[in-house]
Amino acid sequence: MEKFDKHTGLVVPLDRHNVDTDAIIPKQFLKSIKRSGFGPNLFDEWRYHDQGEPGMNHALRKKNPDFVLNHPRYEGASILLARHNFGCGSSREHAVWALQDHGIRVLLAPSFADIFFNNCFKNGVLPIVLDEAIIDRLFADVDATDGYQMTVDLPAQQIHLHDGDIVAFEIDPFRKDCHIRGLDHIGLTLEHAAEIRGFEEKHRQTSPWLFDKNI
Amino acid sequence: MSNNTLYDKLWNSHLVREDEHGTGLLYIDRHLIHEVTSPQAFEGLRMAGRKPWRIDSILAVPDHNVPTTLRSEGIADPVSRIQVETLDKNCADLGITEFLMNDPRQGIVHVIGPEQGATLPGMTVVCGDSHTSTHGAFGALAFGIGTSDVEHVLATQCLIMKKSRNLEIRVDGLLAPGVSAKDVVLAIIGKIGTAGGTGCSIEFTGSAMQGLSMEGRMTVCNMAIEAGARAGMVAVDDTTINYLRDRPYAPSGEMWDRAVTSWQQLHSDPGAVFDNTVTLDAGTLVPQVTWGTSPEMVLPVDGVIPDPDREADAIKQEGIRKALAYMDLQPGTRITDIRPDHVFIGSCTNARIEDLRAAAGAIRGRKVATNIKQALVVPGSGLVKRQAEAEGLDEVFKSAGFEWREPGCSMCLAMNADRLQPGDRCASTSNRNFEGRQGQGGRTHLVSPAMAAVAAVTGHFSDIRKEQD
Repeated sequence: MEKFDKHTGLVVPLDRHNVDTDAIIPKQFLKSIKRSGFGPNLFDEWRYHDQGEPGMNHALRKKNPDFVLNHPRYEGASILLARHNFGCGSSREHAVWALQDHGIRVLLAPSFADIFFNNCFKNGVLPIVLDEAIIDRLFADVDATDGYQMTVDLPAQQIHLHDGDIVAFEIDPFRKDCHIRGLDHIGLTLEHAAEIRGFEEKHRQTSPWLFDKNI
Repeated sequence: MSNNTLYDKLWNSHLVREDEHGTGLLYIDRHLIHEVTSPQAFEGLRMAGRKPWRIDSILAVPDHNVPTTLRSEGIADPVSRIQVETLDKNCADLGITEFLMNDPRQGIVHVIGPEQGATLPGMTVVCGDSHTSTHGAFGALAFGIGTSDVEHVLATQCLIMKKSRNLEIRVDGLLAPGVSAKDVVLAIIGKIGTAGGTGCSIEFTGSAMQGLSMEGRMTVCNMAIEAGARAGMVAVDDTTINYLRDRPYAPSGEMWDRAVTSWQQLHSDPGAVFDNTVTLDAGTLVPQVTWGTSPEMVLPVDGVIPDPDREADAIKQEGIRKALAYMDLQPGTRITDIRPDHVFIGSCTNARIEDLRAAAGAIRGRKVATNIKQALVVPGSGLVKRQAEAEGLDEVFKSAGFEWREPGCSMCLAMNADRLQPGDRCASTSNRNFEGRQGQGGRTHLVSPAMAAVAAVTGHFSDIRKEQD
């Protein structure tokens, strides 16, 4: 997993509640058996006027100029400012892969859906929960300021805003550590393999029917 | 005296270890796999030179991409075909049990798990699919995971996670005839919102839940994720145990008796403490219809489309406006004046035998209305289909003008050929009414099976309670 330490980037605002993973990456693109290449189809139905299908040349498709990601002032943005319950719906990790492939490293919202939130931490994307009042202020400031940038300092758990203010944020210590060091969760868990085997043996004795009929 | 919730018991009995910050390692008993969210996990496993920890915990089935028309012709879309073939190859290479596309037991993963007895009380069940919450109906801890976690469970038989909060949703009273489990769960989502269960595991309790069949409980738990909760569950009782007896993968003989004794403990203790409790009165519930692009945008069938100008919150107001524009609806329109042109009866929410019985029972001897361009019935599994045919339900649907299809996820998410075209309006028994969910530009109204069937024959949403009089 890509390490995450400090990140400075341009902020793009997506002012909608309940942005679901079907909107982030529509289902027809989930047919890929790869982990990469989803970026051109991020928010496909909002970003383009035509119906997107796998294998299309996206450079030739007609873009929707009203959609915020297509505004020239937000080109190259790597921090997405969002509203409540971002990433709700399907468990598709493709949603995170699409954001990441597009260049998004940080998400800011008052709340995220659980599975999406968890998936971010498997991919070096940092979702940060902030108070709604701060999110409201950021939407206003980003709208009012061309080229609004901020710096996210994960070790210090601080965001340095465009105007010099500093906002602190919370993060689970285990996730913070994995993100900063770019750790492989499977490798970490396998360090406890003997403990897992011990648990499994005990579990087999107390609940033998769970191991009775092999699938 | 113990005061654990059902979720506490399931969590505690699967906790391998916990660090000082409360991050736990949870042992997983059952891993269900389908073709869409697994290829990258198998690839990751291969790249790292790892092997699955416990093959006999895994059951695989293709469901999202499979055609619901003639199976003998294979999958026409080459991209879909490669995905299903990739699952077949991964399972064959590793010795994982898979119900292949043409196996009579094939079906939607959340239908076949319980049907085969592969889902049992007291289990932890995961799948790379958010509707895995369905399996909580059996007193199991079941939740959806992303592809990285699919790989993690394959490699370690465990998941890294923190314990969630306990939310009780208590539904007491008697449901009126025509009001189903689907209406209960839509009403719950309407009440607590699509983020109401975020960070929580929901236990559905109360006399109305106890009165539901296993099919009904699965419908309710299935949509726990639509309320933001990864897991939904119902305590074990005789209904649970009677459903599981003699299922292929359920224990048998003396092992069955031991299991049942243990399963009878799978309920919240009388003194259990929930972080929050929400109550609903089943007796006041009426059939529900969603009108917008989020499952929380739901109304009773006798309701009218809301006016955004009456919403005080500016962001919510804009959300209502966007939803109305997408759905092409005007404020003040009566739900019963909305005329769908498609009807879809299927999905992991509502494609079990009881759902098909309810739908068929609502339209027996009637014909699909002329404004309905397509009415589909997609059974949840090959065995559900066979059972329905044995009961003559297929004939009820076909003579009414419905198409009777092969099992799969189908038009719930439109990854196969079954999809809405832009502007199409569908009465659907599925679980999500998001923009584009059933096909780009398609408009979805979520309803129960009987309500979908009645909308097909009347040509507009109709109150099933009046139809039954």
